[in-house]
Amino acid sequence: MRQQIVVSGIGGQGVLFVTRLFAEVAVEMGLEVLTSEIHGMAMRGGTVLAHVKVGTFKSPLIRRGEADVAIIVNAENVSLHRSFVKESGAILVNAGNAGDYVHVDADRLARNSGYPPGSNLVLVGYGVGKGLVFCEPEAAENVIRRMSGPIQVEANLASFALGRKQAMER
Amino acid sequence: MEKPVQRMLMGNEAIGRGLVENGCSLAASYPGTPASEILGSVVQFARELEMPIHTEWSINEKVAYEVALAHSCTGKRGAVSMKQVGLNVAADPFTRSAYLGVTGGFIVVVADDPGPHSSQTEQDSRFFAHFAKVPVFDPSSPREAKEAVATAYALSERYEIPVMIRPTTRICHARQNVSCVKPIELERKAHFEKNPSRWAATPQFVTGLHRLLNEKIDKIALEKQFYPVLQKGGGKSNSCIVASGVVYTHVYELIEDGGLSDVDLYQVLLPYPLNRRFIEDIRARYQKILVLEESYPVIEMQFVNPLVQGRRSMSVPGEGELTPDVVESVLRTFVGIARKREAEPAAKGRRPSLCAGCSHRAAFYGIKEAFRGGIFPSDIGCYTLGMNLGAVDTCHCMGACISQAAGFYHSYQQDGGEIPPITVTIGDSTFFHAGIPALVNAVVQKARFILVVLDNATTAMTGHQPTPHLGILADGSQGNPVFIPDIVKGAGVRFLREADPCELETFGETLREAEAFCRSPEGGVAVVIARHGCLQDRRAGRDAQHLNMTIEECTGCRWCIDEFECPALLFDEEEGRASISEALCTGCGVCVHVCPSNAIVSKDGGAQ
Repeated sequence: MRQQIVVSGIGGQGVLFVTRLFAEVAVEMGLEVLTSEIHGMAMRGGTVLAHVKVGTFKSPLIRRGEADVAIIVNAENVSLHRSFVKESGAILVNAGNAGDYVHVDADRLARNSGYPPGSNLVLVGYGVGKGLVFCEPEAAENVIRRMSGPIQVEANLASFALGRKQAMER
Repeated sequence: MEKPVQRMLMGNEAIGRGLVENGCSLAASYPGTPASEILGSVVQFARELEMPIHTEWSINEKVAYEVALAHSCTGKRGAVSMKQVGLNVAADPFTRSAYLGVTGGFIVVVADDPGPHSSQTEQDSRFFAHFAKVPVFDPSSPREAKEAVATAYALSERYEIPVMIRPTTRICHARQNVSCVKPIELERKAHFEKNPSRWAATPQFVTGLHRLLNEKIDKIALEKQFYPVLQKGGGKSNSCIVASGVVYTHVYELIEDGGLSDVDLYQVLLPYPLNRRFIEDIRARYQKILVLEESYPVIEMQFVNPLVQGRRSMSVPGEGELTPDVVESVLRTFVGIARKREAEPAAKGRRPSLCAGCSHRAAFYGIKEAFRGGIFPSDIGCYTLGMNLGAVDTCHCMGACISQAAGFYHSYQQDGGEIPPITVTIGDSTFFHAGIPALVNAVVQKARFILVVLDNATTAMTGHQPTPHLGILADGSQGNPVFIPDIVKGAGVRFLREADPCELETFGETLREAEAFCRSPEGGVAVVIARHGCLQDRRAGRDAQHLNMTIEECTGCRWCIDEFECPALLFDEEEGRASISEALCTGCGVCVHVCPSNAIVSKDGGAQ
């Protein structure tokens, strides 16, 4: 199993949470994994891009045109980061409007479910449901359970499930 | 021996874990991206593994260095960690420690930031190590960074020399599954052996110590253990690439992906001192040599070989991060294969901004309103983002803003004309770090300006490390608080007020009082402590106030958007009016005082 994923968004949207989630799921599934993230100034509402490489890699960074998947939490980043994705790759965007990518309105779904911060997990759940990312659902749930605080754990699991359900229905 | 456990660790956590596993008993640091998480993880792993380690967030890197260095002079293992510009602050103890050496192992972790992503320079600390004659490791992954700790401690103790580990941002903030084992048990007791000719070496002893240092470096440069490893190719090609750090991993993958097969790739783990035999072998064996490293030509310059291509031959860009895309383009030119396509220039994306509801924004707005046409020196931290509001004119290095204000004052004052209002902003942590000597100096030299200490009671930008006036230690236990007003008064300042910047009108009045003092016949430096806790600090108690804000009769003047720049204030270009994002608004209510037509109001009735 080898998969290269870029996760793109703006500071505060949980890009690093999603990145860590993928990394921990890889470990849970017994896979090698490397990720790269940026901290500090870049996180105060600015553009954030993280790289996840599952399988036997050495470099933590993904070259342009080499990513299998882009998970784009903030739709305005599509033009910035789509060039990381290879021609046969998939771009999953948190967006209400259709474009030349896979989209799901994770913000709206999360808001309607009564837990707006769960939007990033709705998006991940959707990606897992559509088979775009390497994660086995059970492994992802185990990791979400482990990574979430006691207050958020149920809501986080529900957000992930909501994304998966949406993927099955569409 | 127990079976190692695999854990997903960030590079900085791997280094922290390595320190704990290898018997480090004192770790000191000052926070700075990308190094900040190293000390935090020492604290965490020390607790988890029940290792009695003294951990401290020191007041600055120089102090951290000296505390940790003294620890290792008692025969124990010490460590200090910092970002690259922190080493500039610690340069004094660093360079001398190479001469005097250590007795217990001593590791200096300096995290570089090629790019830079979060720094004011992209300087190469390996060069600094070279300059100081300190051996330096350049790990290429979190795993290697952790392994380097054990190797570095052994080297440090074998030669009684400080050893640097230099990770870069891409290592610090990479995550990887890393093997973890139980810590070794050293059980060393503190023993400081007096030796004034070494520990208090006067110039007459220094030449001898320097000779000793040179001999150590010469020996290390011949150690077989650090002969760079041939990682790709059969060693039969006539061209080779010599690489280190994360760049080595980019090259490795590019070779694996095909197209560059007839090249030998060597990985350098110890760039300084570069193995002498290796230098000779490369010279004898290859016609074409390319060196790839970040961020300065440290390996390259040790080759002293005209065949070597690198930064000096302009084969490698002289600045900026060597991303895999950049490396690919350099390699293709080196082996003579046409470029795939020009790497697209990295688009800028959205700029970072102070959080919605951040009290710094209120402070900057108040300062701007009070002193239109003023000069606004500022400093390093979240509040550098006051640039977005036009309330930050300078950002140089830690603590510089206060001395800059003094310099500006003397410059205008000697001309005899109008002196513009000079208002400095500095964060609480930065004030402690390097602001105190600058303040004392400004007072002594009769400078006149307003110093606003933006006191949010935390080191926010780097992840909320405690500041000295909280009196909280790195492990969360209680220390002795040292208060900013006491220091300000002790520095001889005669005007000191405290105000909450979110109470914009009172804050503005305080600033005007400060200005009046500055310009009065007996005036001088005026200090205003703008006190309001950081919104993001989970430890801080939150204000209960949350107003439900709305905008009624917006005239579309954009004042709030352009001058206040709160992420929760949105502008609808089609409708030509501003609105408030309920999702982002923290309900601080400061914007009520910003709208020129009083259109921003609280739905709960009235302002504040």
